[in-house]
Amino acid sequence: MGASPPSSAGIAASSPESVEALREGLRSVGYLPGESTALVAYLATKLGKPVLVEGPAGVGKTELAKALALYLGRELVRLQCYEGLDEAKALYEWNYRKQLLRIQAEAQGSGWEAVQQDIFGEEFLLARPLLSAIASEQPVVLLIDEIDKTDQEFEAMLLEVLSDFQISIPELGRVTSTSHPVVLLTSNNSRELTEALKRRCLYLWLDYPCLEHELAIVRLHAPDLDEAVARRLVEIVGMVRELDLKKPPSIAESIDWARALLLLGARDIDATTFRETMAVIVKHRTDMDIVAERVGVKLAEADAQPA
Amino acid sequence: MAARPPQPGERPSQPSVGSAEPTGESAERPGDGMASQLLSFAEQLREEGLAVGTSELLDAFAALREVPWSEQSEFREALAATLAKSQDDRRVFELLFDRFFFRAVELAAVREGVEDAGGDGELGELSETELDALRMQIAQALREGADGAMRDLARLAIATFGQQEQGSGVIGVDVQRIRRALGLRAEPQPELSADDPRRDGVPREALRRFEQLLRRELERRQVQRSGKLPPSRPLGELDRALPSGPLQDLAAVHRVVAQLRRRLATQGKQRRGHRRHAHVDVRRTMRASLQTGGVPVQLRFRPVRPRRPEIYVLCDVSTSVTSASVFFLSVLHALHDSFRKMRSFVFIERISEVTDVFAHERDFRAISERISSDAGVADISGYTDYGRVWMELLELIADDLHPRATVIVLGDARTNGRDPRADLFGVLAARAGRTFWLNPEPRLYWNYGDSVIAAYETHCQAFECWTVPQLEDFVKALTRPVTSAAG
Repeated sequence: MGASPPSSAGIAASSPESVEALREGLRSVGYLPGESTALVAYLATKLGKPVLVEGPAGVGKTELAKALALYLGRELVRLQCYEGLDEAKALYEWNYRKQLLRIQAEAQGSGWEAVQQDIFGEEFLLARPLLSAIASEQPVVLLIDEIDKTDQEFEAMLLEVLSDFQISIPELGRVTSTSHPVVLLTSNNSRELTEALKRRCLYLWLDYPCLEHELAIVRLHAPDLDEAVARRLVEIVGMVRELDLKKPPSIAESIDWARALLLLGARDIDATTFRETMAVIVKHRTDMDIVAERVGVKLAEADAQPA
Repeated sequence: MAARPPQPGERPSQPSVGSAEPTGESAERPGDGMASQLLSFAEQLREEGLAVGTSELLDAFAALREVPWSEQSEFREALAATLAKSQDDRRVFELLFDRFFFRAVELAAVREGVEDAGGDGELGELSETELDALRMQIAQALREGADGAMRDLARLAIATFGQQEQGSGVIGVDVQRIRRALGLRAEPQPELSADDPRRDGVPREALRRFEQLLRRELERRQVQRSGKLPPSRPLGELDRALPSGPLQDLAAVHRVVAQLRRRLATQGKQRRGHRRHAHVDVRRTMRASLQTGGVPVQLRFRPVRPRRPEIYVLCDVSTSVTSASVFFLSVLHALHDSFRKMRSFVFIERISEVTDVFAHERDFRAISERISSDAGVADISGYTDYGRVWMELLELIADDLHPRATVIVLGDARTNGRDPRADLFGVLAARAGRTFWLNPEPRLYWNYGDSVIAAYETHCQAFECWTVPQLEDFVKALTRPVTSAAG
């Protein structure tokens, strides 16, 4: 509660009053939430339930967590998941080296009992993201990124953390959260998550935004770009996403493209500009061929008509 | 924020009112009518296969305590976030939500004798030009996706075109009749004039929504006329289908293959789990122990290399399996999206590698065209020659096959009287770790006529596979034989 809010203006207290307030708040930190995004985020802060955010890559799942942390004035604790991630990397680990030094330093004199009491104290515990999020005095935002990359066993281990916000350490006892963290899990849907995990979460599906929404996002991040150009850009990105590509362009890439056009001082996106700057949004060789063929031709036609 | 009780005095457009209990009672205990309504909604969700447990329901109630109920969208999102936990679930949820609360509202309206006055007006006879203007207006609204206007336009359309014979009684028929009268089509209609908004075709999605609105309005009228609700029925397969329509089979295949990929991947991991601590790297452990004064505190393990299955898929594309090969090619297509280390071959009399085709071409239709035009697998007769195929395949990949490889054959095992050369197939199967055969014929026809699947079945596991559910069965079977099939 007593977290000192960051300096930027318009930041509300650590608990939003209403959905509308949260939406405005997210907007003030540079994240334009969709219709359901703000509502689910609001429910998450109110109900203290983790949120499972799914959707294609690059629709702002991770950004949402960052923006939420910024808005709520909380620290963001991030756990990036990968194949083979285990408890030692996610929860906690004993600092063996320090323990050993302790034993050696006290080799003579003290009995085993005393040492044993000693070396399994908090002093010798290395907190990993999950433990530090749970044990933190100040409320935090915990982001568990790309949960679908881990094994199912890891998911099972998360269950205790997610439902009770506590971690059992055999030697120490139970660490229970004093401040309720806001938890976001993101998934690219590359594998189905277990029912047990889903059961504990609120569900939010993020998709590519509609044209107007994306236009607003682009305008927010590249305010100097001419409105007509921005609209054209968003339309083209929409067209590109319609194609069956290996990697459709993300929102971040639309913004990058807008900035690139700004740097180049482009007045309009014609076939030539498109061909030259296409690499910002399309990143596979085969995709480039398809896009050049389908979209490039359309642009060339559009250019030819008014002339 | 405190719970906001439903406002009993309001119009029944609010979902909170359509209560199953007498109105007087629900005014006294505001939560109850709502609760029972939600429970029966959850019951319907369960019937459609969503896993809605008690904990989800508790969440839903907790969520509803936090949001205002005056906005339908927020009410709906709060329920969806707590009850529908995947995209598929969400789609079913949307359908049921609309239907359920529509019915609840209608029921309340019937019970309280509220007549929906708007839009039912008698327009009288309209001239042909006025009708045309209306047609244009509707098409324009559809093209722009103007949601607000659409409901009014749907009513208008029913008022003008729907009255003629006061409905056929079957709502689906009426909807299509009105759509035709409006001249709305998804395909371009080049014969129309250039400024007609219908010329390039109406967006499919918008058309679908408009039809839904028409259906809803017609249902509303029917309820009003008869004064009671029609019986509810479970969602059909068609209702649940993906909006993309013709490609939905392909989408289903993709889904199953995604599952296949996951199963193959986790299978590798299970083995890893048992062995996780078996391989201590002595050299690196000794090295690490130097930091701790020679005491091996930290054990170093050999890095676990995740098992990346290598897959060889052979697909018969001869005429005897024409109907199945579209299905097979779509399986291949989906597999290629999922596995990096995968080589695919098509065969009739000869075999030809098509890995590159799939790697470079994304469009499914283009792939099948390219394969049929330049794979060069038919020689003279166009009949499958399994013996020759095995021989050529052995030459091609014999050196690359290893016990971690998986071979999947898609074919009907009809040799057209030629030598099946099961011995060669046996050599292939022995070199590969696992071999599967997917046969597009019903099991009943196996080993009749020139089918020699029995000869091959001694070397591999054969599955009947000509529908998506059967493909799913195959995926399930893949997970079971961790030890037996490894051979």
